Amino acid sequence: MTDSGERKTTDGRPAGPADDTPGTGGTSKESAERTGGPHSSAQESGADAAETGMVPGSGGEVEQTTDQAGVTPEGGTRTAPAARDRQGMFGVSGSGDTSGFGGLRLPGYAPAPAERPYGGWFDEFADDFAEALLERGIPRGAVEQVTVDRGEITFYVQREHIVEMCRTLRDDPALRFELCSSVSGVDYGADVDRRLHVVYHLLSMTFRRRIRLEVVLDVDDAHVPSVVEVYPTADWHERETWDMFGVIFDGHPALTRILMPDDWEGHPQRKDYPLGGIPVEYKGAEIPPPDERRAYS
Amino acid sequence: MTDIRDDSPAPAEERITTEGPVYTVTGGDWDTLIDAEHEDRIVINMGPQHPSTHGVLRLVLELEGETVQQARSVIGYLHTGIEKNCEYRTWTQGVTFVTRMDYLAPIFNETAYCLGVEKLLGVEAPRRAQVARVLLMELTRIGSHLVCLATGGMELGALTGMTAGFREREEVLHLLEFLTGLRMNHAYVRPGGLAQDFPDGWAEKVTDFVKVMRSRLPDYDKLLTGQPIWRQRLENVGYLPLDGCLALGATGPILRSAGLPWDQRKVEPYCGYEEYDFEVPVATEADCYARYRLRVAEMHESLKIIEQAVAKMEPGPVMVADRKIAWPAQLTVGADGMGNSLEHVRKIMGQSMESLIHHFKLVTEGFAVPAGQVYSAVESPRGELGYHLVSDGGTRPLRVHVREPSFVNLQTMPAMSEGGMVADVIAAVASIDPVMGGVDR
Repeated sequence: MTDSGERKTTDGRPAGPADDTPGTGGTSKESAERTGGPHSSAQESGADAAETGMVPGSGGEVEQTTDQAGVTPEGGTRTAPAARDRQGMFGVSGSGDTSGFGGLRLPGYAPAPAERPYGGWFDEFADDFAEALLERGIPRGAVEQVTVDRGEITFYVQREHIVEMCRTLRDDPALRFELCSSVSGVDYGADVDRRLHVVYHLLSMTFRRRIRLEVVLDVDDAHVPSVVEVYPTADWHERETWDMFGVIFDGHPALTRILMPDDWEGHPQRKDYPLGGIPVEYKGAEIPPPDERRAYS
Repeated sequence: MTDIRDDSPAPAEERITTEGPVYTVTGGDWDTLIDAEHEDRIVINMGPQHPSTHGVLRLVLELEGETVQQARSVIGYLHTGIEKNCEYRTWTQGVTFVTRMDYLAPIFNETAYCLGVEKLLGVEAPRRAQVARVLLMELTRIGSHLVCLATGGMELGALTGMTAGFREREEVLHLLEFLTGLRMNHAYVRPGGLAQDFPDGWAEKVTDFVKVMRSRLPDYDKLLTGQPIWRQRLENVGYLPLDGCLALGATGPILRSAGLPWDQRKVEPYCGYEEYDFEVPVATEADCYARYRLRVAEMHESLKIIEQAVAKMEPGPVMVADRKIAWPAQLTVGADGMGNSLEHVRKIMGQSMESLIHHFKLVTEGFAVPAGQVYSAVESPRGELGYHLVSDGGTRPLRVHVREPSFVNLQTMPAMSEGGMVADVIAAVASIDPVMGGVDR
């Protein structure tokens, strides 16, 4: 229904085609049922609008709720930030997992958008935030989704606006997020659309509030503007996220590896990066992955 | 080979590179470097194997004379992939990993992690477990601050501070061993509560400990606080004002030394900290000496909290009643310091097949945690220790990210030491108190 047309409106960003995962409105379980195997692969091509359009009601549901949200997009074409099929359980090999229960891959976590009222200070804050964004000329669509879960509020935001949004959050007298607690990445797995998330935890010491911003990225276009100019503390956090997830923070003063050696290849905390089994330089030795070290059978 | 009888020391080895000559100075051969023709600015690599860098921390210092023009820290030498490892283990096993990050404050790692898992699960640990956590955390805080004083003193040449600090820390470790079974890396706090209850006679031991510490902590004032050399090394050194702290994300004693009484225990109480009567020491000098004094003062406050926790401990369970989460284990410590209660094993084996299956599944497969993400923060000895946990609904975490205060605070090192003397870099690093196990994870 809405998907086909509105996806085109959001194509300002390269990650756009993979933007719409059906089943946003539902819980993770529902979305997994709706998102069949073919869906996810079809969406990677970004072409098969007809197929996604077959999913009833998902887009409209989001639109409705996000309109109420105030700070959420005009389009409302949000997007399960992660979705995956449930698959496999026993007899899985090649995964480095020695727990004996390695194969189960659950459906990805697809947070549902929150509906007004959010409860607590969230509503007041969301209004102030929307107002501050308006003042600074940041489009309403910059916030793609709002999720309230377990007493924490998460704003899924478009990456183009992350720097200005952080600046607004830091400087606006009604918001005052003085401290950026943490910037980190999350990889939701190889078969998830827009699998890389960059997560910002902000803390307002004045109002004693914490919020979370999340930028959802396509793994092939993992670029985010750096927020170091707003929060200098993000320097090392962003270097770590680059090191571990391969997210490129454009505008970072020196985006180099920080925990891994400078000449390391790959980004270890990606889900498709194995645990162990990496050749190490130790007298010519090579440590096999944990599941290949010895056989008890 | 150099003649040993020769009075002149061994010359520093010289190597010509595209960046200019590189000298390997090993001590006693600085004259070579001074004599050699070089530009005003020299770059010194310090560490990662250096007794004064507070762990495997590497500092790259650009010096003009004795003045530090630029300072950079290089980390990662202790990276062990703990965050990645957690994704391959059950939520309960995660405790065993995270406790090894900041190895001087293991209980804080465990508690922050478990509070996060409990938030995801929507359960709350029983009161006795909460009080015990507070007691253990404050014990650990004392131990951690003592190590900070001890190693900091050693790095500045106050070796008596080191021996005294480690002596008192030994008391803390003895007590922790008695209470939890291990000196470090306890894995004692578990999602839903504690691994087991305190052993008999814990209250007397803790009370005795408080008594001993009450008598010994004032010695630090005699030994260090008023000592002229100690003061000269620390006062007006490593200055970082409040705006710098906030911009660079510094929390803990660094932030409080700049005048902001920000303490997670007060502003976002967890584990029932709102019930305890204690002060948050604050200073405004924003220098190394203020941080030292705050740490000493915090130890006194921790003793107060420990006493209150002893009084608050009431009989009751230390694990949630939900048998889908709580391990059925009734642990007793055997002669080898480890083990399971044989009686309990016999009971499980004997009573029913189903309970045996349940036990097996819970321990090997773990419990499922509803999908979602949380951020849980506690006040560790070094500042805000935050855990960002993401679950996809499975029995293992999708992501465990740790906001390590050591990692974040270490970013303040250049701001504290650039423009100062090279000897003050050591004081600044010591006052940041980074634990490299936490920095590199």
